[in-house]
Amino acid sequence: MSAARRTLLLAGGVAALLLWAVAYPNLFVLLDSLRDAGGWTLDHYRTFVSSRAELRALWNSLWISGASVVLAALIGVPLAFLFAGADFPGRRILGALVSLPVLLPPLVGVIAFLFLYGETGFLTRGLQELLGLAGPPWRLSGAGAILLVHAYTMYVYFYLFTSAALARLDPALGEAAASLGASRWGMLRRVTLPMLAPALGGAGLLVFMTSMASFSAPYVFGGNFRVLTTQLFASKLNGALGLVAVEAVVLAASSLLFLALLQRYEAARLYTGAGKGPGQRGAPADPASAGKRWGVAALAGGLVAFLLLPHATVLVVSLVPDGTWTTELFPPAYSGENYVQVFTDRQAFVPILNSLRMATVATVGNVLLAFVAAYLMARRGAPLRGLVSTLVTLPWALPGTVLAVALATTFSVDQPLAGRFLLVGTGAILPLAYFIRNIPLVTRAALTSFRQFDPSLEEAAASLGATWPATMRRVALPLVLPGLAAGAMLAFVTALGEFVASILLYTHRTRPISIEILAQLRAFDFGAAAAYAVLLIVLMSAVFVLGQRALGDARPGL
Amino acid sequence: MSGPVEHAAGAGAEPLLRLEGLTRTFVSKHERTVAVDDVALDVARGELVTLLGPSGCGKTTTLRMIAGFETPTAGRVLLDGRDITNVPPRRRGTGMVFQNYALFPHLDVFENVAFGLKARGAARADVARRVEAVLERVDLPGYARRRVQDLSGGQQQRVALARALAPEPPLLLLDEPLSNLDAALRERTRAELHDLLKRLEITTVFVTHDQEEAFALSDRVALMRAGRIQQVGTPEELYTRPANVFVAGFLGRANLIPARVVEAGETLLCAVAGADRWLAWPAPELAGAGADTAVRLLARPEALVMVTDGSPGAGGEGIAGQVVERRFAGAVTWYRVAAAGTDLLVSAPADAAETGERVTLRPRNILYALPTGA
Repeated sequence: MSAARRTLLLAGGVAALLLWAVAYPNLFVLLDSLRDAGGWTLDHYRTFVSSRAELRALWNSLWISGASVVLAALIGVPLAFLFAGADFPGRRILGALVSLPVLLPPLVGVIAFLFLYGETGFLTRGLQELLGLAGPPWRLSGAGAILLVHAYTMYVYFYLFTSAALARLDPALGEAAASLGASRWGMLRRVTLPMLAPALGGAGLLVFMTSMASFSAPYVFGGNFRVLTTQLFASKLNGALGLVAVEAVVLAASSLLFLALLQRYEAARLYTGAGKGPGQRGAPADPASAGKRWGVAALAGGLVAFLLLPHATVLVVSLVPDGTWTTELFPPAYSGENYVQVFTDRQAFVPILNSLRMATVATVGNVLLAFVAAYLMARRGAPLRGLVSTLVTLPWALPGTVLAVALATTFSVDQPLAGRFLLVGTGAILPLAYFIRNIPLVTRAALTSFRQFDPSLEEAAASLGATWPATMRRVALPLVLPGLAAGAMLAFVTALGEFVASILLYTHRTRPISIEILAQLRAFDFGAAAAYAVLLIVLMSAVFVLGQRALGDARPGL
Repeated sequence: MSGPVEHAAGAGAEPLLRLEGLTRTFVSKHERTVAVDDVALDVARGELVTLLGPSGCGKTTTLRMIAGFETPTAGRVLLDGRDITNVPPRRRGTGMVFQNYALFPHLDVFENVAFGLKARGAARADVARRVEAVLERVDLPGYARRRVQDLSGGQQQRVALARALAPEPPLLLLDEPLSNLDAALRERTRAELHDLLKRLEITTVFVTHDQEEAFALSDRVALMRAGRIQQVGTPEELYTRPANVFVAGFLGRANLIPARVVEAGETLLCAVAGADRWLAWPAPELAGAGADTAVRLLARPEALVMVTDGSPGAGGEGIAGQVVERRFAGAVTWYRVAAAGTDLLVSAPADAAETGERVTLRPRNILYALPTGA
């Protein structure tokens, strides 16, 4: 087979698969929003626009996202300056720990906050006893609670983007400004901040997008305070399918809009960096006095402790045997009972088995697709390259809730000729959802590696007599393996802890870990819920550390 | 299309490589580009032929069609008399050295060199023996277990060469193998490559945009421009008897002096600047040229003798001029001389003349006449 023919065949196959898995289901949602039993109609949109509850949910989503951006920036940007500007003991370790909140699977972060700051949480109760109050000093619910969780998990974007931009900043610019007579403040205002603007804008858009798609925090803390994602969930439970479709379309449209803006920002960022390349990185710090250094270290340490508190809380709660902790501030008894139960009780182990199995299936699919898709995307002039790139990015922008609705709509009937199969209620729907959600993550990781698989390497192998499969096996695969493996590991743990799509698609038989955590919470067995959470965190952390090395930046599952 | 001297490849022997009417057209949304246009070339067994030309002239595309990475729009590639136009690269048996070497970064030197042997299913012991032998040939014995990233640019190039040579291909293709090196290293590596290729006696097609490189390494040079071969010949032929103005100008500095044929014979007797009678070999296009034909005389800067007025030897059959500019450049000094209604570039010793001095120019030997249209 000629090289051009082979590439065309691969591209055709990949594009067809992506069209079916990514584009097709969402098309059904769009169609469903525009029709009812009687035919084409705009009634659903009319209902949406004329409903106070719907508009309120949309407004809530928007302002919560805006406020999340502001809060995340207020924490993340100063933190980045702190870690970039000053040298103090433990700077490197602390700097690495600051990105820890990304490691919390979405639902786990939320329950950690519940244990900490909820009505019966450690901090709330502690404060109550300390001040001798009759009731808890605050109630963790509504918009405030959601914003707290968002700020905690999403400041990391601002921190990482700002840190990266500061590292790229040419110290010569600062020196130039200083030699021109700029004060420190003037330098910050007139040189540093404008140079950081693209990074800040990018982080802001990313946080906004992530907040719009956020489900776990509004679901657990929202109560009557609805945002679009939870409103959609409620409509789904009520069976108002036309309205669900409209909500999904509105949600997807706003996400796509922000993705488009984000990509323009990233392009702009490229131009900024297209100067003469970064100069020598100057000494990171002014030689501050020892006292000052330790002061900064204490401040940073305190901050990191605050950031680590949720992890620690989950760990502590996981060691509390069921029924032993009632009114005490701190649990009176600790044991490994919850872990023992998870591993010995067959029913308790089912969710773990389910998650492991479904995550494995999804990840294997992701790896296979990513290898071929990245191969095509790395090749200039490959056919359908633009289509493949777009489809591969799309799931990244679509909120998990939207994807779940799309899959539920599309795969609820058996029409093999139309590419629709009865998957809802079977063991196949969740792996399919995990697979689709992780397509961007794994493909991007593979693409990073494929960029070093220079096309001339493939030609060299061919000129030395190797067949194409042999070239892929002996040259491409070894080169791409680190990135592909890292991407696969990240996809695996993301799928392991997935909650947002799962809650709309699971059945009792296929329930994953996240759903089991929720069920245990509902049954007030906090210890068991926390034990599952800890197992998830441990798995994710191990994989994240391994994966980060081969992977520049990857978006965590949300 | 072809130059004045078309070399027969050996006396009656089949050429190892023959390109026939090779054409490659690229079609994009906006335009249709003819990258390679009707190229014909014979390469004899053991010969080193260079495809030389400015970037975008189609030399690399031609090479890639020989290797099989590009499919010709028209024409044929024959290797040893066999039509390989539609044979995939891996069955062609041509060895290729890539511009960036394309060494497999995850394999060490040994595994890189062994790659082609293993792909062809050579026995294990055989592979080891042949890799050792070929590393010996490229002066890299003992480097088998080095990581390719740890080698210098010149060493990497020799590994790439060894890898291409290991399966003992009948034809070696080199795509700008020196362009990746910095200037200092390039000079030395070129000399090494020259020795190596001479010793190997392997039929080679070499692509470069560097005239010095082409002259240093090649038996014959095919000069390309805009997809077409302008002239094929030995470096000396191309330099002294270029087919046209482009060839003359591409290969070093050239003065083109307007002249008129006074008397046509085996050589042309030409009047320059209205007065003098200079001798020139006629370009093939001037074969039937009679008296009074307008021509241009090709005079390289070193082919003109410059004498200051008033010194012995001045006057006579020379043309009068005045030094406009003098530029010292070490080994030679460049003089720009206003003469024959134009500016001529002359290389001469540093003490030959001063700026502003009146001088006489005359040819050192018989020049070369090109038609005015070429």
